[in-house]
Formats: sequence, C-alpha cells, structure tokens
Amino acid sequence: MNALAQVAPLTAPPIDYAAIAPLLVVLGGACVSVLFEAFLPRHQRWPAQVALSVLVVAVAGIALGVYAGSAPVAGIVTLASALTVDGPTLFLWGTLLVLGFGSLLLIADRSVEPGGAFIASAVERASVAAAPGTTTGPTGVDPEHVDRSYGAPGEAPTMQTEVFPFVLFALGGMMAFVAANDLLTMFVALEVLSLPLYLVCGLARRRRLLSQEAAVKYFLLGAFASAFFLYGLALLYGYAGSVKLVAIATAAVGTPKSDALLFGGLALLVVGLLFKGSVGPFHTWTPDVYQGAPTPITAFMAACTKVAAFGALLRVLHVAFGSTHWEWRGVMWVVAIASMAIGAVLGLTQTDLKRMIAYSSVAHAGFLLLGVMAITREGVSSTLFYLLAYGFTTLGVFGVISLVRTADGEATHLSQWAGLAKRSPILAGVMTFLLLGLAGIPLTSGFTAKFAVFSAALGDGMAPLVVIALVFSAVAAFFYLRVIVLMYFSETPEDGPTVTVPGAFTTVAVTLGVVVTLLLGVAPTLVLGWAGAGGLTG
Amino acid sequence: MSPTNYLLLSGLLFTVGAIGVLVRRNAIVVFMCIELMLNAVNLSLVTFARMNGQLDGQVMAFFVMVVAAAEVVVGLAIIMSIFRTRRSSSVDDANLLKY
Repeated sequence: MNALAQVAPLTAPPIDYAAIAPLLVVLGGACVSVLFEAFLPRHQRWPAQVALSVLVVAVAGIALGVYAGSAPVAGIVTLASALTVDGPTLFLWGTLLVLGFGSLLLIADRSVEPGGAFIASAVERASVAAAPGTTTGPTGVDPEHVDRSYGAPGEAPTMQTEVFPFVLFALGGMMAFVAANDLLTMFVALEVLSLPLYLVCGLARRRRLLSQEAAVKYFLLGAFASAFFLYGLALLYGYAGSVKLVAIATAAVGTPKSDALLFGGLALLVVGLLFKGSVGPFHTWTPDVYQGAPTPITAFMAACTKVAAFGALLRVLHVAFGSTHWEWRGVMWVVAIASMAIGAVLGLTQTDLKRMIAYSSVAHAGFLLLGVMAITREGVSSTLFYLLAYGFTTLGVFGVISLVRTADGEATHLSQWAGLAKRSPILAGVMTFLLLGLAGIPLTSGFTAKFAVFSAALGDGMAPLVVIALVFSAVAAFFYLRVIVLMYFSETPEDGPTVTVPGAFTTVAVTLGVVVTLLLGVAPTLVLGWAGAGGLTG
Repeated sequence: MSPTNYLLLSGLLFTVGAIGVLVRRNAIVVFMCIELMLNAVNLSLVTFARMNGQLDGQVMAFFVMVVAAAEVVVGLAIIMSIFRTRRSSSVDDANLLKY
C-alpha cells in the first residue's frame, strides 16, 4: 500500500498524431471493416469491403505523403517511445501500403474464377472432393455447411469477405512491427500481423484440405517461433533491465553482467525474426504455406511479410546490436550462406511453380541478409530498396500464376506451363520479364537491388560473402530460366491449362508489378534517394 | 530462495515445452506445449522484474497473457476446422503438401 502511494501520478505521454496517422488509419479501417462484416447484408459486403479497403490504403498513403513532406530528417520517437517514425520507417510504410494495395486488388478479384479465391458457395463445394490431391480426406464435403447460403441460386456465387478485415489488421501489424522501438511493442505487432495471416491461409474453399493444412502448419510453427522471440525478449530484459532497443545498446557497452544473457537473448530473438522472414534453416514452413494458401494470400505474404520481417530485423540488429556486431556477424554469415544454398539448390528440384517461388524467396532472404549485416547507412538503404524491388516482382509473379488455370483450379505444376508462350504470348512475356527480374538480370529492379546490397556488403568488409552470394545468384538464375525455356521451347500438352483473361483488378496489380520492376531497373535514382533519406533513429 | 532458481525452472519449462512441440503428434498437445513455453517466459519475466527491482517485467507478463489468449482463439479455430474435414488432429496426417 505504501509502495503504491509513493508512485508519482501518471501523466499521459505526448502523441505525435501526424506521424502515426497512417498506422491509425489502417487499424481504424480494419475495425470499421469488422463492423461492415457484422452488420451489412451478405450481397452488399463485397462492394463495401473493397471500397473501404482501397479507401483506407489510399487515405493512409496520403497521410504518409503529407507527413513525409515535412518530417524531421532525424526522425521522432513517439507514444511513450514505443514507436519510431524515421526515414526507414516512412519508406517501409510506403512500401507496405503500396504492396498491400496490390495484394488487396488480387484478393478482391472475382473475374479470374467465379466468386474469387475465397468463394463460400455450397455449389462449388462438390468440386472440391474431385480436385486432385484433395481426395485423401475422409470426408470431401462437409454436410454441416452445405445449406449455408451465400447467394441466391442461379446467381454468381459471392466470396467470403472476412478476408478484408484480416488483411487490413495484418497490414496494420506489419506497419507497427517495422516502427517498433521496443521489443514488447515488436512482439505485440508480430502477433497482430501473424494471427490474421494464419487464418487467411486456411480460407480457401476450392482446395480446402491443402489450404487448411497450410494454415495448421503455419500456425504451429509460427507460434513456436514467436515463443522463441519472447524468450529472447525475457533474457534481454534480464540483461538490460529494459526492452527498449536503445537501452539494450547502452547496456551492451558497459555492464558487468554476463554476456550469456545478451547473446542468448539475441539468438532467440533473431530466430523468431528469421522465421518470419523465411530465412535459411528456419524456412521449413515457407514452401508448404506458399503452395497451400490461396494465391492472392501467398502474394500478400511473400511481398509484405518479407518487408515487415526484414524491416524489424534491420532495426533490432542496427539499433540494439550495432555496437556488438563483431560478436554475432560470424553466425549470421553461416545463416546467410545456408539460406542462399537451401533456396538455390532446393529450388532447382521443385516441380510446383508456387513452391519454386517459395524457395526463390528463401534465396532472396539470404541476399537480403547481406544488406542487413552491413552496419552502415548503405546497408540500411540498400536493404530497403531490395525489399521494395523484390516485393513488386513477387506480387506480379503470383498475379500471373493465378491466371493459368485448368477446370480444377490453378495449374501450378511446371509441366502444365509447357508451351504456354504459343497459347498466350503476352502472359508468357510478362512472366519471363518478372522471372528475369527475380534472377537479377540488368535493366530489371532485381539487378539494381542486388548491386546495391552487394556493394553495401563489400563496403563493410564482407567480400568473401559477396563472392558466395554471386555464385548462388547464378545457381538460382538457372531455375528461373528453366521455366522460361519450358514456356517457349516445349510442346504444348493436349489437355493443357487455359489462360484466363484477367479482370481490371488483377490487371492493375500485375501491371504495377511489371512497371515497378522495369522502372527500378532503368531509373532507380529517385527511389534510391528516398531509401537513403534518413538513418535509423534509436 | 535465490531468484536464480526460478530462472532455472523457467528454462526447464521452456525446454520441456520445446521438446514437446517437436515430439508430440497431436495438434492440440503441440499447441499446449507452445502455451507452456509462453508461460515459462512469463515466469522469467517476473523473476527478472524482481531481480531488477522494477515493475516493467510484471506488466510485460500481462501483455504476454493477453497475446497468448488471442493465440488460443485463432489456434483452436484452425485446428477445429481441419479436424472437421479430416476427422483427425494428428499433425502427421496432414501430409498433402510435400515436394
């Protein structure tokens, strides 16, 4: 009682609303979206949710643009120093918002398949049991749900619109994740971004068993990884007496406490973050989840989750552990090499296109680590640029993958893509360009991004690692080229897939991916300038 | 009693949970092991708060509890939906996604 009486009265911390407006708009929009889901009749939900989501992302983008125009270069720390809004935060927020916009368009599209990827119709359920690869389940059709009506008979089936609030919450969590200035905020943001993602992975109805299996695997492994993150947080709290990133950096320089707590905590923390970024040996969930999740969600995860995870990793390693980087860099070298090797070598053996892109993302995570490990301004700006470039290319690739279909759904097996160029030269051309972007051919964003990251790593004394990375880039280029050769120089199979003519939404998303991939390859100066506009603020 | 013992207990509980995740096959049991890991973290947070003479660690334990509760909601929903279609909650039965 006496102890309580001595505590000074609490004063509300000052909040810079202008700085955090984009985050507030996205999270507030997600709450409104939940209300739409609860109170609107079913047939009105799709137009309302799509309009709301686009509006929310646009308003958040405008708020970000307005603030960025007058933002202090040094960055600010607000909300009782829970969030940092500095140059990298603003860049990552912009990246997340634009990539989120593209993913929302892919998710909202209903023209590619009737009802969209998140169809909820009972009529369509019967075909689920007949789809290849899903017949092993004891029950194909769930009798409990057959009578649930999502649209009048004879009308086009509607989609499950729950996906929109989930995606908005995940986007809000990602934005908080990259701006978090202490580990507790980072942990809460990690869960806010992860929990909706686990759910949307399992929302597909056409290949339901695959989708649910992906959700279970992602959830169990993701929760396991966040437990590691949390134990790392606890150990660092024990070491530094605070979970603020700056306090950890200060404590690391001069305390008599044992370094076991510091580096044990760092290791566990980084395992949690590397898992989210699907790096190296912590990637095991990636191929399964990328393959099983509905393709628009895979696009969202591949583009945005990667940005969020590496944004947070950048902040942790640079702000809290920048002063001790000689101690941990050796281990991270091993992780980066393992990630590049696993991604490049296992990617070669894949026969499913979505799995192949998943291994490609593991390889790219290895390249990204090179930039993250360079504790310099160039390290930060090149990583930011790489994330932007990679995100748009991947978004375009998954947009294209969603267009090639058979009667059963998407045709993701490589053999089904044989000779596709004869049937649809435009689609094959777009896919070729995007794959060359992933491979890092000059005049695409992939080349500029790799060049920026590798020169940052060279500048911080990691020449041997850059050589290894170059070798693995060449190995990884092989499996992209394999798809291109297959599309142009193979015979078309008899019962090959058809190429759907995309509706406006998917067209815009894919065009966005292609245009950004080209522009960042041809004229990267402007965006490189934005990426290097400000350093990380502690 | 020295607070270090609580840290050792917490490390032990965390390890038991981690091993449980790796060796148990029922999705619900795996999930319970993850909860055990989170609670082990709570114990060490509270112990560190005592050792540092602060309240921060205890407040953090509350955050962890809330997040763990939200995780239970999502996790059980996912496990239940796969149980409905497969009539099994074993993580070994879910094996369509490979190579």
